[in-house]
Amino acid sequence: MKRLLDEFALRALARGCAILGTGGGGDPRIGLLLALQALEEAGPTELVDLDDLPDDALIMPCGMVGAPTVHIEKIENGGEGEVLRQYLERLTGRAVAALMPAEIGGSNGLLPLCWAGRMGLPVVDADGMGRAFPLIPQVTMHLAGIDPNPGVMTDERGNVLVFHAVSGHWMERLERSAAVEFGGAGAATEYTMTVEQARGATVRGTFTLAIKIGEALTGAVGDSMAALVAATGGFPLMSGKVTDVERRTTKGFVRGSVVVEGLGDDVGRLLRVEIQNENLVALEQGKVLASVPDLITILDSETADAIPTERVRYGQRVTLIAMPCAPIWRSEFGLQMAGPRAFGYDFDYVPVEELAGAYA
Amino acid sequence: MPTLDYRLGIDVGGTNTDAVILDRADQVLAKSKVPTTPDVTGGIVAALDAVISGSGVDAARITHAMLGTTHATNAVLERRRLQRVAVIRIGAPATLGVRPMFEWPADLVAVVSAGAVVVPGGIEFDGRDLSPFDESAVAAFLSSVAGRCDGVAITSVFAPVSPRHELLAAEIVKRELGEVHVSLSHEIGSVGLLERENATILNASLVGVAGDVARALGQALAAHSLSPVTFFAQNDGTLMALDHALRYPVLTIGSGPANSIRGAAFLTGRTDALVADVGGTSTDVGVLVNGFPRESSQGVEIGGIRTNFRMPDLVTIALGGGTVLAGDQDGRNIRLGPESVGYRLLDEALVFGGPTPTLTDAAVATGRARLGDASAAEAWRGLLEAASRASDAQLADAIDRVKTAKGDLTLIAVGGGSILIPDELPGVSEVIRPDHFDAANAIGAAIASVSGQVDRIFHFGPGGRKAALEEASAEARDHAVAAGADPESVQIVELEEIPLAYLTSPAVRIRAKAAGALGGLYGPADAAADAEAHLPAGGPLHAGSSIPANNFTHGSIRGGT
Repeated sequence: MKRLLDEFALRALARGCAILGTGGGGDPRIGLLLALQALEEAGPTELVDLDDLPDDALIMPCGMVGAPTVHIEKIENGGEGEVLRQYLERLTGRAVAALMPAEIGGSNGLLPLCWAGRMGLPVVDADGMGRAFPLIPQVTMHLAGIDPNPGVMTDERGNVLVFHAVSGHWMERLERSAAVEFGGAGAATEYTMTVEQARGATVRGTFTLAIKIGEALTGAVGDSMAALVAATGGFPLMSGKVTDVERRTTKGFVRGSVVVEGLGDDVGRLLRVEIQNENLVALEQGKVLASVPDLITILDSETADAIPTERVRYGQRVTLIAMPCAPIWRSEFGLQMAGPRAFGYDFDYVPVEELAGAYA
Repeated sequence: MPTLDYRLGIDVGGTNTDAVILDRADQVLAKSKVPTTPDVTGGIVAALDAVISGSGVDAARITHAMLGTTHATNAVLERRRLQRVAVIRIGAPATLGVRPMFEWPADLVAVVSAGAVVVPGGIEFDGRDLSPFDESAVAAFLSSVAGRCDGVAITSVFAPVSPRHELLAAEIVKRELGEVHVSLSHEIGSVGLLERENATILNASLVGVAGDVARALGQALAAHSLSPVTFFAQNDGTLMALDHALRYPVLTIGSGPANSIRGAAFLTGRTDALVADVGGTSTDVGVLVNGFPRESSQGVEIGGIRTNFRMPDLVTIALGGGTVLAGDQDGRNIRLGPESVGYRLLDEALVFGGPTPTLTDAAVATGRARLGDASAAEAWRGLLEAASRASDAQLADAIDRVKTAKGDLTLIAVGGGSILIPDELPGVSEVIRPDHFDAANAIGAAIASVSGQVDRIFHFGPGGRKAALEEASAEARDHAVAAGADPESVQIVELEEIPLAYLTSPAVRIRAKAAGALGGLYGPADAAADAEAHLPAGGPLHAGSSIPANNFTHGSIRGGT
């Protein structure tokens, strides 16, 4: 399966990346513009399946590390990916065959397209999350035991840092500090792997899924929510209006909650979404309706477009939808890395499809 | 500043231009409504003539004039009278991945752009240099556009943190090109490079339009031997002093809806309600919260260009008094608008002897209004009743979409077309139709108090978060006072904190807005003197001139009673 990504596909992809971003991952609009300008200047990027590449071909997972606010102001140069590739090739002594987003959610799902297009390399139809998460080791490659080293980080000026960290968590600490020094954001690669390794260590088909979501929304006549549910296998939790938004910053992360009051068929219901950069948990009267690592997205009820956590505001009419995560996140290690307890909650994870059955 | 006596408010809508004269006690002394003309200015002059000549009011007592106009919006939409702008972005090697005006329609770029460049320089979020500012690159670009541009738009990465590279570039423009207009992004928009850059370019292209309208208004006033202190309404419902509007014309875009909502609040004394402003072509439904229009969370799009200005949160539907009805006479196959007969209503509508069924005819046929000759609409009764039902359903849906809480709310119906609104609607507890409902927009423009705002990134110092919030609030107050607010009455009306995620050093973006009564307008005489004392040197209400240049800020006047 090979596919050239044209403007229509990129626009659909951006809508899909926003939905899979579960409120985080940065505004996909900047990523879209970067990809569109790359399309204009360098031609379409090729999307390939892992099975289209030789087993020993090298995959470079990549994306931006840093603050979304910096990303909307200090927009990328477009050549960061090329610098990462040069250093990675020098460090590994091998040629990079394709790029892959570390996370499909938000802007990071689109950036590697811009970089790959400008280098004439393909991107693989896979990512390391199937959604967005805040931390570097919260990737499926980490669960599969792939070595995060070497980590390479660069900025728009061409400064390069090479990391050799003793663990994924140290990679997170070191890169996060470097991002501040770079001016709040930097481009990075970690968890380089071969195609053979990637087959069991990534969430496959996520580009196709994101494009399918975007196309379903664009083509939907009338009920875009139904189209979205059909495209994702998700569960609508409730429709209503945002009646309270609370945010605070602790240790560099935005935490808070959003309260939604039911409308229409949901009149009388009150739902709370807990946020830490992404939407983590949906609660109703103390009962969990959905939680990480499953995906919870707050959508504009009218357009079915995802609303990033920083843009949720009082009075918005929204629909909440929960979608099952990639199965690998439901393993013991997966939940240890990204389940409710990993985010400081004192309850066990129950898959959203079971919860949906329990409360239906 | 002259002591306040009478105030003149003018508001330009899509269909009509309204004018009112208010006295010191905010009583409406006179009002007029004339068709908006394609050049906009003609309608303003006619409305002014009508409100002065037709009323017998002693116009010589008009000391203040407030204008809400669509000149700037129309100029962008029609690509007319826009000036050619040389576009400078300071931020290379960052930002090259998305070039200036990348998303703009090609025809608008062709009209506006005299060329664009991205030069090395710019600021980091923490205030350091992104890269060294390249003076020679700016000079080289300017010499390449010399003689081909009317103005220059300068946008630096993180100018809301520090404008120093924008100010350096402005100096070079002065040296290379002399006295051309320069728009600096830190004076115009907030965080979000592309949206702020878009607004800055539009601003530079609109300076000529603003000058034209200011001149036309001045001449029209002079024809009546008037020279009041003049203000322009801006997008958030506040007003700017004339000299400020000449420098920041883009801020006048979208002032209409806020004026109507503020006018509705004033006319009813309500602070929390729904407001429906029905014009000739469309209806805006907005929400009044605490006396101010609720703002949208999304930036405003102007002619397809994204900006980060906030406007009142509105639901707009294509229903107005002039909306043309299509369908069979018995009411089948009905279609409402979106075409409107606009100001030709008096020639076109059935009840006025015309050939075209409109929503005004429907209001007459259903007994909501007594206008013209009701019998002329009788043959169309089936269509008109069906149209009325369809219009009510659209209105009810718009009201439901704009509401923020369940439960019924008061609806204030204003605008010339508000006869369309029935007395009972789902979700509405009562419909209030205030006196002078048809001039709510012009009244909203006239009843101004002053505001100032700050929107930039703060780094926590020794005082931490609390000190940063206090600093932002104090700056907003200072800006309001600099713009002419009575210091005694200035209050913080909006304070929003937006944390910057994924950074280990504590930084936060703070938006603060302060508002108060126009200095000396409402308070005792000594308060007026006090306000004068706080005004910058060089003249009254010289908004912006005394404002420290190290952040995004503008002084302005906001409606408030």
